This record gives sequence, C-alpha cells and structure tokens, in this order.
Amino acid sequence: MLRNTLERAEKAKKKKAALGEDVDIEKFEGEEAGEHEEIESLKELPDKYQKSLLKVGVDPSEAGRAGSFLQVDQSKVCSNCQSEAIELMGLPQALEKYDWVKDYMWNAVPVDTDKYTAKTALGEPGGYFIRSLPGTKEVFPIQACMFISDEKVAQTAHNIIIAEENSELHIITGCSTGSDVQSAMHVGVSEFYLKKGAKITFTMVHNWAEQVEVRPRTGVILDDDTTYISNYILTSPVNTIQTYPTAYCQGENSKVVFQSILGGQKDSVLDAGSRAILTGKNSSAEMITRAVSKDESQIYTRGHLAGKSPDVRGHLECMGLVLSDDSLIYSVPELEGSSTDLELSHEAAVGKIAEEEVLYLMSRGLTEDEAASMIVKGFLSMDIAGLPPELAAETKRMIDLSIQGM
Amino acid sequence: MVVRLLLEITDLAVEVNGKEILKDIDLYIDKGETHVLLGPNGSGKSTLFMAMLGFPKYRVIRGEIIFKEEDITNMTTTERVELGLGVSFQNPPAIRGVKLKDLLNIESSKKGSKPASEELDPETIALAEKLNFSDQFLERDVNLGFSGGEVKRSEILQLLAQEPDFIMFDEPDSGVDIENVELLAEEINVLLDKDKKPGLREKSGLLITHLGYILNFVGANTAHVLMDGRIACSGDPNEILEDIRKEGFKGCVECCGIH
Repeated sequence: MLRNTLERAEKAKKKKAALGEDVDIEKFEGEEAGEHEEIESLKELPDKYQKSLLKVGVDPSEAGRAGSFLQVDQSKVCSNCQSEAIELMGLPQALEKYDWVKDYMWNAVPVDTDKYTAKTALGEPGGYFIRSLPGTKEVFPIQACMFISDEKVAQTAHNIIIAEENSELHIITGCSTGSDVQSAMHVGVSEFYLKKGAKITFTMVHNWAEQVEVRPRTGVILDDDTTYISNYILTSPVNTIQTYPTAYCQGENSKVVFQSILGGQKDSVLDAGSRAILTGKNSSAEMITRAVSKDESQIYTRGHLAGKSPDVRGHLECMGLVLSDDSLIYSVPELEGSSTDLELSHEAAVGKIAEEEVLYLMSRGLTEDEAASMIVKGFLSMDIAGLPPELAAETKRMIDLSIQGM
Repeated sequence: MVVRLLLEITDLAVEVNGKEILKDIDLYIDKGETHVLLGPNGSGKSTLFMAMLGFPKYRVIRGEIIFKEEDITNMTTTERVELGLGVSFQNPPAIRGVKLKDLLNIESSKKGSKPASEELDPETIALAEKLNFSDQFLERDVNLGFSGGEVKRSEILQLLAQEPDFIMFDEPDSGVDIENVELLAEEINVLLDKDKKPGLREKSGLLITHLGYILNFVGANTAHVLMDGRIACSGDPNEILEDIRKEGFKGCVECCGIH
C-alpha cells in the first residue's frame, strides 16, 4: 500500500464516525489471516455452519451460483468460481496477481473516513476481489459470506468489486455469526467500480448475534450508462449497526437504486442510510426503505440525495411501522439541489398498522395477532426490481425467510 | 319440530362515537332463508353490518345477538367468524404485500383444519377459475388496484373458500357491470344453497342493498326496510320493492303503517 495511504490511516486511528455509537475497538481481538484452513467447496463445512449460511442466502451446495467466497474471522476459507465471465479471489491474492488493483484501493471509500476504515487498512488483510470481464453477462450470482466463528473477534474485510465495460454482475452476500458467538465486531469496506455500460446487483442479508457491532463502509463509483442496485435486508437482533453507503453517479445516465428492509428487534440500534451524489448528466437515484420496529429497538433511516447537475432525478421513500411503545423509528430524508432543472423528492410515513386492515383479516377468521403479523410481513416483503428472474425468485425466498421471525 | 332459527337479533341498539345509530332492531332469520335489507343511504345498514361483525367502534348498548343458539353479542370478530359468520364487504381495504392467494389459503385451511400450505388446493383453484380469475391475478396484493367488479368477485371467492353458514353481503352489486352481476349472483346462489329445495337449504344470508338490482338474480324470502336506525317495514320482497319504486322509501314505510 502507498505510504501516503498508511499515513492517512494512521492519523484516523482514533477518529470517531460521523454517525452511530462509538465502538471501543480495543474490546475486540483481531485474528490472524491464516488461522482457519482452506477448503475447496462450502459443502465441506460442518453442518452447523452450513445452516447459518443458508439463513443468509448463501447456499452451501453452491447450486445456481457462479462462485462462492467465504471468510471466517480473518481467514479466507473458500474461494471458487465456475464462471469464465468472472474473476473471484481474496483481495491479497488480487493485489499480488495484478499490479493495477492497488489503484482501486480507497477511491470510493476514503481510508481516513473514520477509525473503522483506518483499522481495516492497518490491520490483517481480508476481503474479496470480484471482477466481471468486459462484455460478459453472468446470470448466476457470486455468493460471498463473512462469518464470525469466535467470541470477541474483530473481523475486517476490504472488498473491491469491478464491473468492466458492458458487463453484468450479480452478488449475494450473507453475513452471520456462529451460534455460540454473542459479542463481536464486523467492519466491511466495500468499493464498487462500474465501468461504462455495466450493471451490478448486490443483495445483502445480515443475521448477526445479539451483541455484535457492525460498521460497513461502502462506496460506489458509476461511469456512463451504468446501473447499481443494492438490496439490504436485516431483521434479526444485533447490538448496533451503522452504515451509510454512498453512490457517486458521475457518469451520464448512471442510475442507482437502494432498497432496504429493516426489522428492529430486542434492543437493536439500526442506523442505516443511503446517499447518492448525482453529478453525471441525466443520472438518477431511487431509495426505498421499509422499516418495522418492535420491542425496544431503534431504527434511524437516513437518505441523502444531492443533485449537482442539470437533468438529474432522485426519489426517496421511507415507510415505517412502529409496533411497540418502547421502540422508535427516526426518518431523516435530505434533499440537496444545487443545479437547475433537477427533480428531487421524498415521501415518508411512520405510523401504526391500519386498524381497518386488521379488522378485514379478522373478518376472514384470522385472530388479531395473526392478522397483524400477516400485515407486517406483507409490508416488509417488497418486490425487488432489477434482478434476473431466477435471482428474483431466490431473493424473494431470502426475504421471506428473513421476515418470518418478525 | 326442528329448530330452524339461525339468527335472532332482539331489541338491538348500537352507538357509534357516542351517537345512537340503531334503535330497537328485531330481526329473525331461519336456516335456509335469505333476507334482504333495504334502506336509503345513512339509514344504518352498514352500522348493522359492522355491529354484526363486532367491530370495536360499533358499540352495542342494548339487546342481544343470538347466532346458532349462542350469544355472540360480546364475542370478538374472529370468534363470530369461527362460528360460521361470513361477510362480503362493499369497500374492503387494500393490503400491500398480502396476496389474494395467501388469504385464500388461510381461509380454506381454517375451514377444514387442514394445515395452511404454500400452494392452493385444486378445489380453490377451480373456484377461482369459475369466477374468471387467472393464476396471475391470485398473486396480486389483495384489493390493491382491483376494479369494482374484481373487488366483489374476490370477496365472493373468499366466501366460497370459507363456506360460512350465514353470510352478509354489503352492496354486492355496486360498481359491477351487468355481465358480472349475473356471474356474481350465480355464486351467491351457490353460497346460499339456492340450488337445493327450500326445505333442504342449510345456508342463510342477508343481502344489504339500496337499489335491489341483485334481487333480479337472487331470490329472497323476506325484505326489511331500515329507516333512521329502525326496521320500519318487513314483508314480501317483490311487494316492498314495487312500493319503493313507486313511492320512494318514505312512501313505502307509510304504506306499511308501522310508523
């Protein structure tokens, strides 16, 4: 890594994040990169791990997947790819293989963003490298899993994803913890680069243990005529999550879609936003969030649309249901227009389940609880647009599975 | 003599937001009978419908409702439905993300204590086809963007899946084109055992309508006219309809001479 980058990281080592509760990183222990043995395929994993993976949409049979990547704690445990259209490997291997990979490091996410990015840069290497080759369209997704197997582990990952010109790439990521883990920390830095005419869909399911601190840091850089679609699903209890992916729509006609399904349970604090900086001519952004808060959970849903050139469009939508008196949904939509002829809008509604709907279902024989649960699941099960049919069906299954516990 | 009485509403008074809407309602419906409830807008027809369902806003302040020899006056909506009450709403709410198919699955499973499954049973699929619903339509969110006719057909389809013993239809023909009224009427007749001889009919119904057009296709034993929260007149449906057409609701009630 460039000395300048390391110096910047060093200076940011104690820099608190702009949002979210400050996590005492020292409370957690870093693991070594070679701690866990490598395997050829996810099928070799012990049954109990396989089950955890399935819950977050990562299929250990690897059926219908272009490739699979698994990081356990800090070790790359599995990396295989059947598709000729895609290169998949650990980031350290990619840096060794290609001299140019280093030029993609820390462009979409500044290394001195906060102490979490700094720790990722300065600590043990980890994370994946995914690259779709020019002109290719692989319909099967790459599945990637970040797994924490031990108590008190601080896991970091730095992921670089590149879609070359006119290529299409689909990724499913699942993040999870072993069933005996209670407390841990995960920092995932993900940098996406979409070249002219490329498309990436990125669907992420989180299922952490109840005392895990999660700090993803994501940046997306979009060139001309590109589309980036992000789907984020979190419905299980966690200690705190703070994430605010930023898309830089620099290219003409670039388009970004962020869709999030957030279910707050127990005393989880979810702080999830998305930001789009629209500088490319005719670029557009759409953000849709469905949030449901139960128990003592707190959900902060943020959105920031910054229109900086003419003819850009953005829409932000957040719908929330507050199901308990002790929970909270705090919606913060921000629109920033600094050019003429742009169109930015937002729509937010936070409220309760409509009584009329509950009574209607009760008139069909459902109990009040059954009716409320059916309405909440319906509310969260939004249709995810932009995926190929097989992946859409798979994603629907992932969402259905995730919202079962709500 | 076998007891044929299915529903007894005696001296019922209902208030909504502190205002007494229904007063002294007496209504008796036998097994196998279909009654029709007529009345101008605002006369209390919908209030009776909602009160029969036990919706919280509709507070019974006097009287009782006996259904199948059980006092249901204080039962929850769910308990009443479990006992065999069915309803078709005039304007049911749309529920985002809840598919018509999911509802049908639950309804048919509640009836036969079958476990609810992901896929519809062949019987329900056949019913849907009879009502001109495609597989794709069943995948739609219930009532979301449905046309007037689709709403009514979906309500009837759900009732067919439920097979209740007593059904209230709130304006089943409003907003439906003529072709579809006949189709709906055909299924309403099935729901009310009209294909059986009168003495063998087990199912009963109450048709709530202010125009009475549906009566051209569904036969009724008795008609009641609701005015200002009271049943002002009861009798032969054809005669009463004729009177209403000639004299209006007010004139009809005066003819009855109850007031």
